[in-house]
Amino acid sequence: MPKTPSPNHGFPGRLFVFEGLDGSGKSTQAALLGKWLQSNGYRVFFTEWNSSELVSSTIRRGKKKGLLTPTTFSLLHAVDFADRFERKILPPLRAGYLVVCDRYAYTAFVRDAARGCDPAWVRTIYSFAPRPDRVFYFQVPVQITLKRKLSSRLKMNYYEAGMDLGLSDDLVESYERFQGRLKREYDRISETDGFRVVDATRSVETIQSELRADLKPMLVNFPTGEALMHDG
Amino acid sequence: MTGRTYGTRLPGMPKETPSGKLIVVEGADGSGRTTEVALLREWLEVEGHAVVDTGLRRSDLVSGEIDQAKQGHTLAATTMALLYAADFADQLENKIVPALAAGSTVLADRYIYTLMARAIARGASREYARKLYGFALRPDLVVFLDARPEILLHRSIGKYGSLDYWESGMDLCLSRDLFESFFLYQALLSQEFAWMEKEYGFHFVDANRAPEAVHLEVQRLVAPLYGTRFVEPRRPPRGSAPRSVSRVPRRAASA
Repeated sequence: MPKTPSPNHGFPGRLFVFEGLDGSGKSTQAALLGKWLQSNGYRVFFTEWNSSELVSSTIRRGKKKGLLTPTTFSLLHAVDFADRFERKILPPLRAGYLVVCDRYAYTAFVRDAARGCDPAWVRTIYSFAPRPDRVFYFQVPVQITLKRKLSSRLKMNYYEAGMDLGLSDDLVESYERFQGRLKREYDRISETDGFRVVDATRSVETIQSELRADLKPMLVNFPTGEALMHDG
Repeated sequence: MTGRTYGTRLPGMPKETPSGKLIVVEGADGSGRTTEVALLREWLEVEGHAVVDTGLRRSDLVSGEIDQAKQGHTLAATTMALLYAADFADQLENKIVPALAAGSTVLADRYIYTLMARAIARGASREYARKLYGFALRPDLVVFLDARPEILLHRSIGKYGSLDYWESGMDLCLSRDLFESFFLYQALLSQEFAWMEKEYGFHFVDANRAPEAVHLEVQRLVAPLYGTRFVEPRRPPRGSAPRSVSRVPRRAASA
């Protein structure tokens, strides 16, 4: 069976990315989509941001001691992503898998820009990361994510709230303002980077069927796991 | 010149131009870099300048991870290049910038150029390396100690009794033979330093000579940064003990 390489990155696999604010529901949707793809016989590889072991201890230590500046914060996350990309994302992509990423380089573009890093510089350092075949951007008002965050009683973390930027002494207020910055940046790049914008205020089922319908045409003629094996 | 970067905004940098000077000494292992940095420091302090020295891979933030990664030889080229850049950024922001702001002279034993050359030798493009380090401060002076590979080889063996795995670029698999790899790797690096000479305004200093001769030439380059004119000490008579090098006020010298 012929394996058509992706027009975006030239590898036989496909790269589907989920982006959006914390609490936008993207992780739930990514997991459900992965299940569906698998049940249809495709080889699926699922990966999340920050799962690499290499620098996570450094990032944790740096955060705890307040040692990180916007530049080192950005570079350490780039190290983490590069390591994850080269080891985890690239091999399945080359082997013809459907790779589902819960967050990708766009998370860094948005977050680093909100911290004051030069956006062109951030793009350059991530230039090793190819353009995905689809980026779903889960668009949702900050108020809703804040409500989800507060009701889930998850602890709000210092950097996630952008407390290092000194926007406000109050954790919740700082979180709201920082997430607002992230949303504005996501909204801004969603056009230039060709995101598929998903209205994330709707029900889980509605959103999921929209995603499946969107990807279906891309999967026509895409080999299933079995086909890949026999293609040897 | 100090206080300006190579094109990328560095968030959180003080707005006012720092008064200190940033002097970089670059060169391969065995080029006499460390000796020259020590001599330069001594001389500048005698002249009354506060000196802070800095080198590569000395920050607290990630040096542990770099050592760990080197042990395992596990990291791919891009990851390693970014890790070194993070380490450099940490030193730049936490050590170099504050020292310059306080009016000290910062003496850097290697700078971004070595990191760039290493990254390019391992597969990064020149463009990538150049932009990655766009946030680095432009030094007031970059001295490049240029020595022939044969000289580097002899000094390296004289110092360590052998050749260093990394300085020979053994991780690049250029050759299984350590000596051959050393020459191939040094040639790759030289190629990169050659284009950087123009782009970054290196002052090449012939480092095939004795440390005293190298130091004299470096002093001649450094003195104008402080608005002073360096006058060479008179040559000691043959057979006498070597004189310590110092800057003599012009009037006294011509008298």
